Amino acid sequence: MTITEAPPAARKKAAPEPPAPRAVGSPLPRKEDLRLVMGEGRFLDDLGRDAYEAAFIRSPHARARVLAIDIGPALGVEGLIAVYTYQDLPGRLAEPLPMLIPHPGLTHGRTGYPLAKEYVNHVGEAVVMVVARDRYAAEDACEKITVEYEPLPPVVGIENAFRADELVHPDVPGNVAGHVVQETGDARAAVAAAPYSLELHLDIERSACMPMEGRGVFARWDVADGSLRIYSSTQTSSGVRAAVAAKLELPLLKVECVTPDVGGGFGVKIVHPWPEEVLVPWVARLLDHEVKWTEDRREHFISSAHERGQLQTVRVGFDGRGRILGLDVDILHDNGAYTQYGLIVPLITSTQLLGPYKPGAYRVEFRSLYTNTVMVTPYRGAGRPQGVYAMERTMDSIADHLGLDRADVREANLIRPEEMPYDHGLLFQDGRPLVYDSGDFPASLDKIKKLVGWDEFAAYREQARAEGRRVGIGLAAYVEGTGVGPYEGGHVQIETSGKVYVATGLTSQGQGHETVFAQVVADELGVAVEDVTVTTGDTRRMGYAVGTFASRAAVMSGNAIALAARGVRDKALRIAGEALGVAPRKLEIVQGVVRSRDDPAVSIPLGTVAVLSNPLRYAFDEASKAATQFGGTPDHSRPPVAEGDEPGLEAREFFSPPRATYANGVHAVIVETDPETAEITVLRYCVVHDCGHLLNPMIVEGQVHGGVAQAVGGALYERMHYDESGQLLNASFMDFLMPYASETPVVEIDHLETASPMNPLGIKGAGEAGVIPGTAAFASAIEDAEGFPITKMPIQPCELFRLRQRFEAGEIPPLRRRAGAPNNVDEELCQP
Amino acid sequence: MKPPAFRYHSPRSLPEALDTLDAVGHDGKVLAGGQSLIPILNMRLAAPGHLVDINGLTELAYVRTDADGVRVGALARHADVEADADAHRAVSLLRQGLRLVAHPVIRNRGTTVGSLVHADPSGEMTAVLSLLGGSVELARLGGTRRVGAADFFTGPLESCVEPGEMAVSAYFPRLRGRTGTEFIEAARRHGDYAMCGVAAAVTLDDDLRIVSARAAYLSVSPVPLVLDLTETLAGATPDTAHWRAAGELAADRTEPDSDIHATAEYRRHLVRVLTARALRTAAVRGADPAVGGDGQGSDDQGSDDRECGARD
Repeated sequence: MTITEAPPAARKKAAPEPPAPRAVGSPLPRKEDLRLVMGEGRFLDDLGRDAYEAAFIRSPHARARVLAIDIGPALGVEGLIAVYTYQDLPGRLAEPLPMLIPHPGLTHGRTGYPLAKEYVNHVGEAVVMVVARDRYAAEDACEKITVEYEPLPPVVGIENAFRADELVHPDVPGNVAGHVVQETGDARAAVAAAPYSLELHLDIERSACMPMEGRGVFARWDVADGSLRIYSSTQTSSGVRAAVAAKLELPLLKVECVTPDVGGGFGVKIVHPWPEEVLVPWVARLLDHEVKWTEDRREHFISSAHERGQLQTVRVGFDGRGRILGLDVDILHDNGAYTQYGLIVPLITSTQLLGPYKPGAYRVEFRSLYTNTVMVTPYRGAGRPQGVYAMERTMDSIADHLGLDRADVREANLIRPEEMPYDHGLLFQDGRPLVYDSGDFPASLDKIKKLVGWDEFAAYREQARAEGRRVGIGLAAYVEGTGVGPYEGGHVQIETSGKVYVATGLTSQGQGHETVFAQVVADELGVAVEDVTVTTGDTRRMGYAVGTFASRAAVMSGNAIALAARGVRDKALRIAGEALGVAPRKLEIVQGVVRSRDDPAVSIPLGTVAVLSNPLRYAFDEASKAATQFGGTPDHSRPPVAEGDEPGLEAREFFSPPRATYANGVHAVIVETDPETAEITVLRYCVVHDCGHLLNPMIVEGQVHGGVAQAVGGALYERMHYDESGQLLNASFMDFLMPYASETPVVEIDHLETASPMNPLGIKGAGEAGVIPGTAAFASAIEDAEGFPITKMPIQPCELFRLRQRFEAGEIPPLRRRAGAPNNVDEELCQP
Repeated sequence: MKPPAFRYHSPRSLPEALDTLDAVGHDGKVLAGGQSLIPILNMRLAAPGHLVDINGLTELAYVRTDADGVRVGALARHADVEADADAHRAVSLLRQGLRLVAHPVIRNRGTTVGSLVHADPSGEMTAVLSLLGGSVELARLGGTRRVGAADFFTGPLESCVEPGEMAVSAYFPRLRGRTGTEFIEAARRHGDYAMCGVAAAVTLDDDLRIVSARAAYLSVSPVPLVLDLTETLAGATPDTAHWRAAGELAADRTEPDSDIHATAEYRRHLVRVLTARALRTAAVRGADPAVGGDGQGSDDQGSDDRECGARD
């Protein structure tokens, strides 16, 4: 057999074929969508038909001591299997949940127990676990179990936490979990010495991720093998695996964690292990039976995590052009009852607040405070919406104070492209220097002004006002550190069928990873996108991984997979070169066939190269004969597998950049406020977005659309209505209002592609961008429409109505520029 | 979010259903569209021992219009009533209100009679029935009775349906004279429970002067509230009427409560604004020559959002 024999088609006169179109950069339809729209997705609750199901009794009190638990009346419930309380937890399960991200500033970190030990610290904290034949019976049993509590006065609200009349944790003075100060230069002196200065007091409330699929975990114990398989609706299967192995004291290699299709995460599922993620596997082993828990919506509201709540004080000093000379920011951050995810959210706020601007001297101080509410962990945007809100409210205030155009003030403060890389002299959330790698911020600002018609808006506003309508425009810019480390891996393998199988350890929650990673591999290897199958979030395929968060999947796994694909390509060319007698550098791969650049008829399919890559003793089919001991024309002077080589056409590479890469953008929104009812309508929403090279423009735009929807929710609809006793009053989709399609504007997008120098693909993350500047942009636009300052977000119609009343009563000062004439220069610029 | 155990009944005829309801008494609940009942069961806010599913009683899936009004059977879905052209010509307020009832998928399943029995003070159809002075027919083993809207709603989420009874139909009478109607709301999101909603009917004489102006309200009172606002508008034409005065009068006569979506003060403000808007639109419709002397004004051409009112 001569393996140089090419199929007849390839023997025809070698008309040079046009190069295959590149997959990267094309708006290819998503590979995963057919499965999902056909109802063939496999989500957590689709698994484990015969599993026992768990339900939890959760605290009805925000703060209380658990006095007694009476499970007696539940014992007669048909289908009940077992009931567990804290007293039942063995070994390391009885310890507090892990403190995932330690930080020197986190001096008083606290985490809860899988089941409450003596105290409960928020409504919804798990107290009793009930396992039954099905969820119906489990809930029946829950109803019959009584827990006796001694209610204690709760701490609700940031002011109350700071006042610290009551302590959430008696051994945490002042309710302060962590306290961090970062400073470059002498910011307070710079503010004091500046020609002008302002002080702002800002308030932003809680929202939450609210994925359509809640959390869930399903565990299967193999008693003979002593091994555990966990399925979890998580953003980090490798993290869950390691956490459960540690908690149950199992060897890591005896624990697998597989992520099925996941119906959204947005941050809440990066937290791990959740109490249920350790309890369900523990019970599965204990009972030697499959066990499953599927979170319901009320549980998700009161037992998972929220984000965003902060009070901010900004002192800023600036010159007559609005250039910031000193910026001094003080943040009170509500971290809820526990700090399982450390100080990440306020750390991001305090650094990403700076956006595309040079702050002069900068000082930021935050206190992360305990309250008797659901804990706070990153939600898409992760502290940035708050930071951008603080900075952009400040920009608008400076413009108003000086009577300057709001865009001009921003322009005056921008970092210029020639200043890249730009070092802020601070430490970012990953503990590494905050150094911007790329971006053209003046170009981004210019693009948004053109897209939204910034310069023409004043005339439109006047015309609208003459018709009795109120309209306003706002804009907000952001910089987002994406693709933080430490690393991700990619594994690429070409099978003898010629099909390519790719694995990366981080998980997917609907982002389209199966598609974009296939696009990357298709281009690197010269194969069709259809021939590439991607697996994510399965520790059986890739044991080393971090997780999906911080807009890092494309940057981290995308580059790791590209590097692995390059490794496979090199090996394929080497083996093909030996087989074809052509130097590898003279070979190319086109549509899955390795061929000579000089004579395309000299070729070998990648599948055959895969056969040759694995010297065989046994043949299973016609194709594999060539790789057996008596097949082909082996060189008997060499071992079948060369020294330093390994069998198979596969490669595994890791990508671990020294620092994050920084995406940026600007949003602009035009709103109309009803002069009578104070209802707020979005007229236009424009986005300029720079995430470097676009792997798949359609998917990037989809990410932006989804983010903008959440931005609209965060600005106008969503909040967590805790009453003073710590009850969450709107813990259902009836009263927690996420925008429907009918509330979500058409998003107009323009891209800027400044490549990142930080990674081989030149890309920056795109996952969170859409949500980040929304609240700031809306505050700016509503302020513009109304003519008085907006300092508290989100805002709903009855609040705008109340603000109007207070404005009319003289309790709120007007903007210095009168609404309707925003670009007029105020002649009375007052000195500080 | 799983209901406690209940016994499920699936009667094939109305007599069989009434037999079953009679047998289970206090412990029974009728399941029709299930758009409110099922969530209530799943959240364990109610735990009836017996569910009597009337979805097999197809004889109750009707919308019948005659010279006097529209009769809606217990199994007619909101979407059936909304789409019914005869019903719309006779009682335009039905469609004007129905398109504000949640979303199309909910209207495909939820029943108009069921929403009346549910007696939610933020229900659109409770306001429609009340403004029109309609009635509900209740059946039990061995008899029926008819209850007017004013007596039907007894409290928030409470109607006068007794154990063993079921509502078999609702009757929406046609408004007489040169009458125009309008239904508008202010809701947080499209399709949400309204912060305030107003159903208005304005009747004009042949000189197009207002002789009657009435409005019904949702979400501002424990049971549907109907106000006669004629005193502020009588004798005026749609061009000259002092709509704001009517709004002020309505605001004075309502005592709304606060909740997380709207303060009492804001709700009262909405009463003021929406009353004026709804009455004006109703009057303009009444004055439309195409309306003639007997009807509530057509709004076929209006798109959903146009008619949403508050954002006009």
